[in-house]
Amino acid sequence: MTDQQRDDLRHDEVGAGTTTGLAAPSVDVTDTRQNSLWSDAWRALMRNPLFWIGGVLGVLFLLVATFPGVFARGADPRDCSLSNSKLEPSAEHWFGYDQQGCDYLANVVYGARNSLIIGALAVVVILVLGVTVGALSGFFGGVVDSVLSRIADIFYALPLVLGALVILRSGSLGRGVVAVAIALSAFGWMTAMRLVRSQVIAVKSADYVAAARAMGASNSRILVRHILPNAVAPVLVYATITVGVLIAAEATLTFLGVGLQRPAISWGLQIDAGQSLLRTAPHLVFFPSIVLTLTVMAFVMMGDALRDALDPRQRS
Amino acid sequence: MARYVARRLLLAIPVMIGASFLIFAMVYALPGDPIRSLGGDRPLAPAVVAELRDEYNLDDPLVVQYAKYVGNLVQGDLGTDFRGREVSETIAQRLPVTAKLTLVAIVIEAVIGVIAGVMAGIRRNGFLDNVVLVSSTLVVSIPILVLAFVAQYVFGFQLGLFPISGIGDGWYSYLLPGLVLASTSLAYVARLTRTSVAENMRADHVRTARAKGLPNRAVVVRHTLRNSLIPVVTFIGADIGNLMGGAIVTESVFNLPGIGRAIFDSVRQQEGAVVVGIVTLMVFVFVFFNLVVDVLYAVLDPRIRYD
Repeated sequence: MTDQQRDDLRHDEVGAGTTTGLAAPSVDVTDTRQNSLWSDAWRALMRNPLFWIGGVLGVLFLLVATFPGVFARGADPRDCSLSNSKLEPSAEHWFGYDQQGCDYLANVVYGARNSLIIGALAVVVILVLGVTVGALSGFFGGVVDSVLSRIADIFYALPLVLGALVILRSGSLGRGVVAVAIALSAFGWMTAMRLVRSQVIAVKSADYVAAARAMGASNSRILVRHILPNAVAPVLVYATITVGVLIAAEATLTFLGVGLQRPAISWGLQIDAGQSLLRTAPHLVFFPSIVLTLTVMAFVMMGDALRDALDPRQRS
Repeated sequence: MARYVARRLLLAIPVMIGASFLIFAMVYALPGDPIRSLGGDRPLAPAVVAELRDEYNLDDPLVVQYAKYVGNLVQGDLGTDFRGREVSETIAQRLPVTAKLTLVAIVIEAVIGVIAGVMAGIRRNGFLDNVVLVSSTLVVSIPILVLAFVAQYVFGFQLGLFPISGIGDGWYSYLLPGLVLASTSLAYVARLTRTSVAENMRADHVRTARAKGLPNRAVVVRHTLRNSLIPVVTFIGADIGNLMGGAIVTESVFNLPGIGRAIFDSVRQQEGAVVVGIVTLMVFVFVFFNLVVDVLYAVLDPRIRYD
């Protein structure tokens, strides 16, 4: 075994956690940096093909949503001519034309933006609500916890699509992008809240929290500096997957007729318009469906990979 | 045991009241004119508006409004639609279809999900395990909306294996929509069973069973599966509510005359009372099954104390 090989082996063993620095006296402990959860997770992510597929799809989706004009191959989604109605996909027009004779690729591509805005907006609101309520509930316990948990129970009794359907149906929010995002987050924050709450309860009694308290740290400082950072991992996993779930929920609500309305461009509207033509022009349903699925898949895959990477118990 | 059940029941009551109040508040108490939204795109005559305001007690304080609404609700009065038909009558007529669809979906997700999960969990990181993991990720990623259309097109139109719409063929017509409806939960059941089985395979009592020479099948079925199914049962019970949410899409695409389809139609026809009535019912069913699951959990797992 050459020195180089020995070094590699040592490096691998320490990196994989099969040997700790202390257990192998030949390894210079001071020289080998202790791996943090995040650097370990990052390395695990880089090795996970699931993360790469999801990541590439996700970046592609971001690019399409940000610069739809580039991906529409020069076509204007609103430049329609009835003579082109329901034309099949061709080399010129990859996705064909819809019933009104609009270039379908351009329409599908421009639909990404609304999905992204709603997914991102709703997940941010969900995180803010869920983390705040969950942290307060878990940290203070007692009456605060009881009241907040019961409120969460009540919201939890309404499944996401049903709750959002009722609030959008009532018409008080309007029917725009922001309205759909608010409706989705109003009935989607409870899982994040429960996650944060249980994490906070688990971490609250740790020694380092007691130490911080002994040193005179205030409640808010302990919560923000010591407890929340340790609750981040599961919330991050949840948030990633939830973006995908929210995008699918938006398409569903729009399809059901309570989400976005024309002239907004949305995959849900396209699937809805195409459904009656499924037999004669299946591409009208399939293209937005495929793109929607790939988008959801991107976030689910990234979330799954993230979960595997952040959960040390799953490492073999 | 009786005390435990009674306590769970008592805890469910505030949730039901709160949830129905939430629905009520969203529809009748939020800013915006509920009567106008009841009328939808059609403007209503002033006399009609006045009568409706009176009928829905809109000029009373919110609490009084809600009390009257609950009073009607407990008597089974969910209001009437625009054609003067009782909402409760619509529900009674359509509920069996949704119940059958949900039942088919649950059987599918339980049977296929558990089998796949056990096969994956017995040999962790084996070939089957990876197949189940990858395919469950794919299935979870496909929105029910998309899956419904794909299934309808491929198995209905192209292959002609299944009826594409309606319930003319009895149970057989529920098979494809049931599979679509079950898809996401099926993947979750498979994963849950897999994790649970894999964990239990390392348990002491399983090692003992092996050591005393039991055949593999007996070890898996009698000593591992029984314990592993506890979280799966709870998941399936709690999933009934989600299935009803998904039933809106599935029933709409496959044109099944259940309560999901009724919601879809009512939204399009701006029938506010029907939407609210059915959603309230669904929420009650959801809370009820969660309650059943909690009790069932205690029955299945003796480690959980009743009080």
